Amino acid sequence: MTGLVGAVVEAWDELRLHKLRVLLALIGVAAAVMAITAVTAAVQMLTQGYKEQAERDMGRQVTLSIDAWQMSEQAAPSTALDATYARALERYGITWATRDWYTSAPFRFPDGTRPTEVRAVDPQIGTMQRIDVVEGRWFTDADVDAYAPLLVVNEPFLDSLGVAGLGSRPTVLLGDATPVRATIVGVTAQRWRGESPQAIALYEQLVRWYTPSETGWGQPVPSLRVWVPPEAADELGARLQRDVAAVLPGWEVNVYDNRGAGYGALDGAARWVALGIGGFALLLGGLGLVNIALVTVRHRIREIGIRRSFGATSGRIFFGVLMESVVATVVAGLVGVVLAVAAIKNIPVDTLFGSGIQDRPPFPVFAALVGMACATGVGALAGVIPATVAVRVKVIDAIRY
Amino acid sequence: MSLLELTGVTRSVRLPDDRLLEILRGVTLSVDTGEHVAVVGRSGTGKSTLLNILGLLDAPTDGEYLLEGVPIGRLSARERTRRRGRDFGFVFQQFNLLPGRTALENVAAPLMYAPGRQFWRRRALAAQMLDRVGLGDRLDTMPEKLSGGEQQRVAIARALVRGPRVILADEPTGALDVETGQEVMSLLDEIASLTGAALVTITHDLAVAARAQRHYRLADGVLVPVDLGGAGHEWVGDVPTLPGARRLPGAAGAVPGVPELGAPVPAQVEP
Repeated sequence: MTGLVGAVVEAWDELRLHKLRVLLALIGVAAAVMAITAVTAAVQMLTQGYKEQAERDMGRQVTLSIDAWQMSEQAAPSTALDATYARALERYGITWATRDWYTSAPFRFPDGTRPTEVRAVDPQIGTMQRIDVVEGRWFTDADVDAYAPLLVVNEPFLDSLGVAGLGSRPTVLLGDATPVRATIVGVTAQRWRGESPQAIALYEQLVRWYTPSETGWGQPVPSLRVWVPPEAADELGARLQRDVAAVLPGWEVNVYDNRGAGYGALDGAARWVALGIGGFALLLGGLGLVNIALVTVRHRIREIGIRRSFGATSGRIFFGVLMESVVATVVAGLVGVVLAVAAIKNIPVDTLFGSGIQDRPPFPVFAALVGMACATGVGALAGVIPATVAVRVKVIDAIRY
Repeated sequence: MSLLELTGVTRSVRLPDDRLLEILRGVTLSVDTGEHVAVVGRSGTGKSTLLNILGLLDAPTDGEYLLEGVPIGRLSARERTRRRGRDFGFVFQQFNLLPGRTALENVAAPLMYAPGRQFWRRRALAAQMLDRVGLGDRLDTMPEKLSGGEQQRVAIARALVRGPRVILADEPTGALDVETGQEVMSLLDEIASLTGAALVTITHDLAVAARAQRHYRLADGVLVPVDLGGAGHEWVGDVPTLPGARRLPGAAGAVPGVPELGAPVPAQVEP
C-alpha cells in the first residue's frame, strides 16, 4: 500500500518540480484527447441528426410496413382492411402502430380549389416518424372524435392559404361537392425549396368527412406501420404478413422493414476517421512525451542512484518513472476532456445539422472514457522506455554521475 | 557475531582489453554495533568500492560478506535493497541532495521507501531529524541556498532519518573546509553514538580518520589496520605520517612502502 502511494506521491512531486517540461510535453496529449473526445461527440451528434432524419422518412428502428394490394375483382372488399389490421395489432399487443395513407383531397385556397397531397395517419406516427411541429401542435388520440376535421399542414400549405401563422386560427375547406371546414392545428417546417403544399389528417377523420367523388392519385388503401423491438421484427413481420393475408383472400400482402436505412454506415466511417485522426495526434503527443521523458531521465540518473541507496527497488524506480508519465497524461487527458466538453456544449447544432436534433445525445461519456484510457495508455507506453533506462542504470555509477 | 563481517573479499572488474583489474584484494574487516571505523587511502585504492560493498550497492567477486551473520549472497536482490534502505545510511562527499527539493523533502525522501508508520509520518520525522542537526529553521530552504556545511548536515539528517544500524560516510568532509569538516564530523559522531549506529568513514583526512576507534588503510586494494593515535594531517607516499600512522606489526596484507610501527618514517611529504 505504502509502495503504491509512495510511487504516486513521487510521481506527483516530479511533475510539480518540472511543471514547464510537463506542460510542454502534455499539450499534444491534451489536444489529442480533446480531439478524440470532441470528434467522437460530434460524430455522435451527426449520427443522431442523420438517424433522426432517416427516422422522419422511414420511421424508427424497426418499423414494419404492411402493404396490401387487391389482386382480383373477387377479392375481399377494402372495408375489411381496417378491421383486419386492428385484430392483428390486438393479437400481438402492438401499441405503436399507424395507418399511413398517401392520397389527395381538394382544398379551397384563395386562388381556387385544387387537389392537394394528404397523408392520413393515426396520432402515433408523430412519435414514430419524429414529425416536428414548428407551430401549434400534433394530433392527440382525442382528436379522432373532434367535430370537425383537424389538419397539420406544412408551411407551403399555409403560404398558399395566405396565412402567416396559427394566430388567426385558420381553417380551410376540404372537399369538392360538399366541403367541410377543417381546422389547422399545427404546422410542419418546409423541408426543401419548392416543396408543394401538404396536409396531414387523421385517418379516421378523413374517411369520415371526405368521400372522394373520383379516384385520385396515391395509394388505393392505407399501409399499416408498426414500430416493434428489433429482436421481434423478423418473427412479427412474418406473422403479420400471414395473418393479414389469411383474412383477405385475393389480396397480395407484403411486409417491409426499414433496417436497411443505412445510417449506420455514416456512423462507422465517421467514427473511424475521427478515431484515426485522434489516434495519430495522440501518437505524436506520446512521441513528444517519450522524447522529453528520456532526456529527463538522463538528467536524473544521479538522483535515481541516490534513491536506490535509500532502498528504492528497481521495481519501484521503474514504477515511479512510469507513474510520472501516466499521472501526467491522466492530468492531460482530464484537461482534454474538459476542453472537449466545453467545445461540444457550445457547438451550434442547429447550424451544423440544419434541421436540428430532436433527441440531442448526452455528452458521450464513453468517448471521454476512451480518451482518458488512450491518454493513460500513451502515458504508460511513453513511460516504459525511460523507466527501462532508469532501471538499467548501475547504482554505483549513477551516484557518481 | 559482528554486525558486518568481510572475509577475504575480492572485487575485480574486466577491462575493455580483457584484462582483470582487482580493485579489492582479500579484504577482511569486521564492524560491530556502535563502533566507529575509519578507512584511509589515496584516490583509486578501492575505498568507495569497499564502501559500496559494505552498503550492499555492490557485491564481492569473491570472499564472504556476512550481514549479522547472514551471507549476503543468500539474500535476494529485493531483500538486499530492503536491508540497504533499512540498515544503512549513506553520507556522500558531494552531499548528493536531491535538486529542487527543500531540506525537509530531502530528509523525508528515504522514508518514501519505508513501510507503514515511518512512511505516513515522513514529514514529521524529517522535521525532527533536521531539528536534531540544527537546521530546524531551514526546513523549507532549497539546498542551493544552504552553505556546504549545512548541506552536509541535511545529508546526515537524511542518512539517519530511518534509524540505520550502519552509517557509511564517503569522504564526508571532502567538500568542506577544515573547521566546517570538524563540526560535521562532531555531529556525525555524536548522533551515531546517540543512536548506537556503527559508523564507517572513508576519508583522506587523517584528522577525520583519527576520530574513529579503529583505523584501516587501503592501498592497492589491500586493507591494513593502522593506528592513527595522534595522527598528523599529511601523507607520505601511500602512508599516513608519524607518529602513529603505522601498519600494526603482523597485520595482514603487508604492502610495500608501509612502515611498521616503530620503523623510521620517510621525510618526504607529498601535498
